[in-house]
Amino acid sequence: MGIETSRRSFLAVAGLLGLAACGSNTGREGSAAGTLRHCYHAYGEDGVQDAVRRYAAAYPGAEVEVQWNPGDYDSKIVTALQNSAVPDVFEAQVKVDWVRQKQVVPVGDLLGDTRGDFVAALLESQTVDGQLYGIPQSIDTQVLFYRPSLLQAAGVTPPRTVDELLDAVKRLNTGGVRGLFAGNDGGVGVLTPPLLWAAGLDFLSPDGSAPGFDDPRAATVFGKFRELQTGGGLLLGAPADWSDPGAFVDGRVAMQWTGLWNLPKITAALGDDVGVLPFPKLDDSGAVSVPVGAYSAMVNARSADVEAAKAYVRWLWVERTDHQTEFATAFGAHVPARKSLSDEAESLRSGPAKDIVGFVVDSGRIASPSRWSARANTALSDAVSRIAREGADAATELRAAVEVARGEISRTGR
Amino acid sequence: MNRRGALAFWLFVGPFAAGLLLFTYVPIGWSAYLSFFDAHNTVTPTEFVGLDNYTDMLTDRAFLDSIGTFSAFAALIVPTTVVLSLLLALLVNQVRVARAFVRSVFFLPFACSYVVASLVWKMSLFSGVDTGVVNTVFGWFGGEPQAWVGTVDPPLYWVVLVTVRLWLQLGFYMVLFLAALQRIPDHLYEAAWTDGASPGWQTFRHVTLPGLRGALVAVLVLNLINAYQAFDEFYNILGDARGYPPFARPPLVYLYYTSLGSGGQDLGRGSAGALVLALLIALVTLLSGRVLRRSSS
Repeated sequence: MGIETSRRSFLAVAGLLGLAACGSNTGREGSAAGTLRHCYHAYGEDGVQDAVRRYAAAYPGAEVEVQWNPGDYDSKIVTALQNSAVPDVFEAQVKVDWVRQKQVVPVGDLLGDTRGDFVAALLESQTVDGQLYGIPQSIDTQVLFYRPSLLQAAGVTPPRTVDELLDAVKRLNTGGVRGLFAGNDGGVGVLTPPLLWAAGLDFLSPDGSAPGFDDPRAATVFGKFRELQTGGGLLLGAPADWSDPGAFVDGRVAMQWTGLWNLPKITAALGDDVGVLPFPKLDDSGAVSVPVGAYSAMVNARSADVEAAKAYVRWLWVERTDHQTEFATAFGAHVPARKSLSDEAESLRSGPAKDIVGFVVDSGRIASPSRWSARANTALSDAVSRIAREGADAATELRAAVEVARGEISRTGR
Repeated sequence: MNRRGALAFWLFVGPFAAGLLLFTYVPIGWSAYLSFFDAHNTVTPTEFVGLDNYTDMLTDRAFLDSIGTFSAFAALIVPTTVVLSLLLALLVNQVRVARAFVRSVFFLPFACSYVVASLVWKMSLFSGVDTGVVNTVFGWFGGEPQAWVGTVDPPLYWVVLVTVRLWLQLGFYMVLFLAALQRIPDHLYEAAWTDGASPGWQTFRHVTLPGLRGALVAVLVLNLINAYQAFDEFYNILGDARGYPPFARPPLVYLYYTSLGSGGQDLGRGSAGALVLALLIALVTLLSGRVLRRSSS
């Protein structure tokens, strides 16, 4: 046990050092007192790190030091926010608890007359009690990729409803190729949001005052999800998870639910044999959907100079549209967070990319609302996992999740 | 103790004691303090909530489930480890050539990191595609490829979790048993044989096993604590960026997500859960130690 314990202590210390990398001057000797520290998570695409360092160096208002954070970035940020003045500026998705603890500052005043240019739903997702706390940087989304040639061979049309999807997955499951890959957890992690929307439901009610899935239709749609798990056409145990295009590109599946960011790799491997779809709807009371999310630029309330940090954020994420476009489209495929920029972006004007921009505009839904807490999310995903993977009773499981969500809504509403 | 002796004492013990105080006792005390507060995303909370966090954790189905699951896990892994490592020790003890080599071969996996082993198990040995090592072997005998980590019904993921733990820790417990075996004096065996005991089961039951009593208690207790502290292989095999499934979720993994997860840090409930778990481990350890000593004396 001694060895176990010391190994764990070592990991803890290593974690602290990792934090220090986000929380102290690592690059330059004796950086001036006015230096702003800007934290990013480690983007997988080549060139992003060079680009954001270039942007920071070009800022005329102050010295800016970029800190690049491989590993569990979100946890690092949450911990740093508790008592550190560093980073001054960071990227994340707004969480209601940060607002309640006054760890971040409102940045809505930075937008000026550009407010209408940002995708409204994205701004809404970074807003708590009417105040905007983060400026969306670029949009990530997920869609259903499929191989038209394989669908044609099996006589399957691109699925528009959940029932058609179940049927397609079953019929595409032939000759060593599986029907669908949506993650090694069977899709519980990534498909829960679009399944809710397919039934016309959501995490929260429209006014945010109650859980949005306290409805018998939730049991219906997750019952369908159970059918998908037991139907046999789902790929499980792939070497890489849903966020990687490997299973689709290697021909292990006819359809995969994955991110827009993989589009360049997918078209490079499969050429024209690529189609994209939003997640289908359950019936006419629901809707097709794609989840949209955005890391947004936020300012630490403990920053030594909040005003300087805000001025820098305005310069980079409001004024420098050239940097914003390059950041979103030059390295992997993302959609700029502003309509004027996504209209202009050359790489999004044709093929599947154009379709996906259309899905984002017409059917984009917010995958992680700021008022939806981690505890409520765990309760819902536990329930969905038990229903879909273990065959538990849907109504009972969902009722328990509704209870937890209700408690969390009243806690964070204070 | 003279002055120099005192100086030497503090020189040797001081750094360790200071580290223990700073990195173990202070955090434990702080954690106990936090457990009485609403401490969302803060270590300096202001809202005292009394025992709310405790009642909340003790009625939290996810937490209770995790403790239940891990009592079952302990009931499975502890006897398996004890029997297999004892068997290994007995076998290795019989080896007459290249003894050190054989011993090292079985001990080596213990030097491997849990994280590395977990990833090898998940991505190479028990990968769900037909090219995974285990699925390839299955294929030779006409078996269908299985999604080992992803299959919930039947719970094939346990095969992955249990084998990786056995591979990693059997060697260590084997060495503990070996050391104890070699301390049983030869004249006891000679006396037993003179008295007509047959070599094999009879000798093992009446000479070897009583001689191993101390090691047996140590291995059992260490194993039990280890089972409740399970984290690394579970987190790395079943967890992903989106979270952790509700099955096979060790208490520590649940507490990790509760108190340090990326969404929101609920340090009050996390601390309350950690203290409940610590108390439980202490209780089970005391109890098992007492039962074992009584039954063996």
